[in-house]
Amino acid sequence: MNSMFKVLVVDLSRKKSKVEYFDTRKTWIGGSGLAAGLFEHFADFDADPFHPDQPLILAIGPLTGLFPLMSKTIMSFMSPYNGQYAESHGGGRSALALRFAGYDALVVTGRARKLTCLGFGSQEINIQDVHYLKGMDIFRTGKVLRGLKPRNPGHRSILRIGPAGENRISYACVNVDTYRHFGRMGGGAVMGAKNLKGIIISGDSTQDLPHGRIKEYNKVYREIYSTVTESGAVRKYHNLGTPENLIPLNELRALPWRNLQSTHDPEIESISGEKFADDLLLRQVACAGCPVGCIHIGLLRERFGHEHEYLYRQVSYDYEPIFGMGSMLGITSAPGVLTLLEEVEKLGLDAISAGVALAWATEALEKGVVGIDQTIVDLQFGNVQAYVQALTHLAGQDNEFYLELGKGALVAAEKYGGEDFACVLGQEMAGYATGENYFVSQALGFRHSHLDTGAYSFDQEEQARDIHKSIDYMQSQEIYRILMCSVAGCLFGRKAYPKETILKALNSTGLDYSEQELDQAVQAIQAHRWAIKFRTGFNPDEIKIPGRFLEVETWKGRTDPDYLFKLKEKYQEVLRTLAEKHVFTTNGDQE
Amino acid sequence: MKILKPSNMKRCIGCYSCSLACARNVHKSLSWKRSGIRIHSSGGISTGYEATVCLACDPPPCAPVCPTEALRPRKGGGVIFKEKLCIHCGECATACPVEAIYFDPVKKIPVFCIHCGRCVSFCPHDCLEMAEPSKEDGNE
Ligand code: SF4
Ligand code: SF4
Ligand code: SF4
Repeated sequence: MNSMFKVLVVDLSRKKSKVEYFDTRKTWIGGSGLAAGLFEHFADFDADPFHPDQPLILAIGPLTGLFPLMSKTIMSFMSPYNGQYAESHGGGRSALALRFAGYDALVVTGRARKLTCLGFGSQEINIQDVHYLKGMDIFRTGKVLRGLKPRNPGHRSILRIGPAGENRISYACVNVDTYRHFGRMGGGAVMGAKNLKGIIISGDSTQDLPHGRIKEYNKVYREIYSTVTESGAVRKYHNLGTPENLIPLNELRALPWRNLQSTHDPEIESISGEKFADDLLLRQVACAGCPVGCIHIGLLRERFGHEHEYLYRQVSYDYEPIFGMGSMLGITSAPGVLTLLEEVEKLGLDAISAGVALAWATEALEKGVVGIDQTIVDLQFGNVQAYVQALTHLAGQDNEFYLELGKGALVAAEKYGGEDFACVLGQEMAGYATGENYFVSQALGFRHSHLDTGAYSFDQEEQARDIHKSIDYMQSQEIYRILMCSVAGCLFGRKAYPKETILKALNSTGLDYSEQELDQAVQAIQAHRWAIKFRTGFNPDEIKIPGRFLEVETWKGRTDPDYLFKLKEKYQEVLRTLAEKHVFTTNGDQE
Repeated sequence: MKILKPSNMKRCIGCYSCSLACARNVHKSLSWKRSGIRIHSSGGISTGYEATVCLACDPPPCAPVCPTEALRPRKGGGVIFKEKLCIHCGECATACPVEAIYFDPVKKIPVFCIHCGRCVSFCPHDCLEMAEPSKEDGNE
């Protein structure tokens, strides 16, 4: 139980690294907990997100590599989007690579003089000059990085940023192994500010299985593996994948269309999960250590010559990217969605945030709030080519308008007008216009993500307008999700990992938590995360819920503003009380 | 005797469940590498996955180069390893024409597929099978 966290700390300014050990396993568990603990230790709460001293943290969990679906890496940093503590979760091979490189976490501080790639394995650390990659897109960058050290094909994970990250767009993402991302909140921009173009993690070492408990461990493994591969609950992620939600949400009148001017559209068939699967699905791939394989790769075939001359590209798609680069922009052709997804990927932008920002810009142009001299292109819902150009302007910050839009739709709206139709809830909305509970939950949620509390599900329950029930639901979901993200499991594995199973898995590997200890640890992590968020400037009173959300029409009818604001008020109190429970120990003074 | 064949690698999703199962069950380790079957992407994930695995050559080119007869031909193809006899020279790994022998840098012993088939049931996509060797599987 007392194995310490082993953390690689790399200082890019000095080009030096050190290995540090933290004896806090029981307190921080791993993943989200560990990331928050390391942040408190390394960050300067009062400095700018782009300050060289700010850490960029990657943390994995105690079950990483040991069990199926324990395939996530938690990235944490000070967000350039809102100046607050932020977390982003990514998969691919990153988690297992870090495990097999021999570390529980990586902390990168400092700023490299020239554009740099950090590569490391269990017995090497390379800080490599890659100034020649300046401005290079994600795909070409990937090709070059594959030739760098450590060379360990198939057993490495490559993280990289595109022009958006280098230009510090507030929602630049980090691409992981071509098809996965650390999205939202600007992790890519933090890498950009560090002059860090890429990170190569080589999983080259071998570790021991839990001493003395191999029998028990293998038994628990088998049980979980069978649940994952045999129960239908997880299989849905493999079949149509998350896009299977497009038609049901559209039917519920809960799918945002054309900047949330509507929640339903008869054209849904043309961008549904079924449409993608039938016409464009090339194959599925998996995150390392996950037998589900939910990553859907579509084939984008494009004619480039007069005769039958085609080129093809492979583009990954999911529910939310289809919302961001599809319905929200009024795109009603599946190849059109893939065209935009490939563009957004290439530039290293977050697909949801960029889509919602451009949707606002489109309506702003339509309404004459901004002019074509600002948008440069004639943005129109449904016009794929216009958005291809706009994405380039956005990533390149080609004029003042795009510079502001790159800080978020609401920032641009505050400057140009049109705040009431900026679909921002703490950050650009996710694709669930299910109702008040979800709107409040995303606005106040820890990551401003639909995954913070799953309130979009509560919206679909009968007592959906009961403040106490809603808060109970959101709190219990948050607690469970913090546990799952602290062991660093994929949230798609929820059905296979109820709390009892997580506890069993931990114990089978020699991490002896009692149920009570585990509960206490999770509650402490929850308080700690909220405390840092408040300490870095989170103020729920200031978070706006723009007018558009009050006009939304779902299957339940119109939004009930009275309920919504009462819920927000009450939830703010709950979060404040939570944050007050944490006492800072290492960083900064208590306020 | 049946041998392990990665017959349907076009179906592979790159989950590494097979390697992890072999490392866990055969080699009592947690590893991507200390495994008889190793999965690689060849030029980034968009090009798909390949499996590196002992082809069960008959006769096997790795056995005759072993100076101590720690590796001996296995009936039906492949090799059997006697760890006690191994002097850790690594010659076998060099001799394997398909790089299916991983020379473990910690234990200093060859790691290769023993054709036990324990990985097969962990592949969610039926990429792997235990099958009779066909003519082209051997060297004859
Ligand atoms: S490493 Fe061991 S098995 Fe391989 S050739 Fe040398 S002695 Fe033989
Ligand atoms: S057959 Fe056995 S030794 Fe060979 S790869 Fe599968 S599990 Fe490993
Ligand atoms: S278990 Fe099957 S799908 Fe997964 S990596 Fe191995 S061969 Fe590929």
